Amino acid sequence: MKPTVRLQREPFDAAAEATKLARGRNDVGAVVTFTGICRGTENGEPISALTLEHYPGMAEAEIGRHAAEAAGRWPLLGVTIVHRYGRIEPGEDIVLVVTTSSHREAAFAAAEFLMDYLKTRAPFWKQVERTDGNAWVDAKAADDSAAARWMPQRRTSGS
Amino acid sequence: MNVKLRYFAWVRERVGKPEEQVEIPPTVATVGDLMAWLASRGAEYAHAFENRNVIRAAIDQNHVRPETLIKGAGEIAFFPPMTGG
Repeated sequence: MKPTVRLQREPFDAAAEATKLARGRNDVGAVVTFTGICRGTENGEPISALTLEHYPGMAEAEIGRHAAEAAGRWPLLGVTIVHRYGRIEPGEDIVLVVTTSSHREAAFAAAEFLMDYLKTRAPFWKQVERTDGNAWVDAKAADDSAAARWMPQRRTSGS
Repeated sequence: MNVKLRYFAWVRERVGKPEEQVEIPPTVATVGDLMAWLASRGAEYAHAFENRNVIRAAIDQNHVRPETLIKGAGEIAFFPPMTGG
């Protein structure tokens, strides 16, 4: 199973990407599609747009590593990740994660894992446009905690 | 050693350029050493690297820690914590 990882400026079609992974197969029983969308506020303040800067080359490579790890942890039949960059306005899509599997548990868990890793390890940086000027968005501790949930648990002695 | 450095987001803004080729003295062994050496190169670098705990790094497009050795690196990037997804 070869994950599809794409970076692009243009909007994507989530339904079309999901169809591509599921169509023409009789082994896919579950398709999970997650779309991340640009909201109209950041930290309670209205924004007119956000701009995503990225590290070309590393972004694709790092997301590819996450997808490969997901495929190693869960019995996935397909993975597609599309991440936009550039200027994005409220209401527009930012990121797409599609996972397919025979049964739902793997598709749900892998999609959540991939988003938690994307939020903390994929080299993108958001800058918001507000009425009082532009500002870089700070990384959130909650995202680090979410990603840490997926780390292997240490065995305690005697258990 | 001669290496390409890349800067992103507000690290790039403070340094004033997205990338540069630099000659690094052999006394600079780790990523942490490199941040300290860069901070000494001028006011804009000092400002960019004033809080090194917050700066993340990648060598040849892989995340690394401050104690990672830089020997053999082709490209080293410095950036703030990521906010993608």
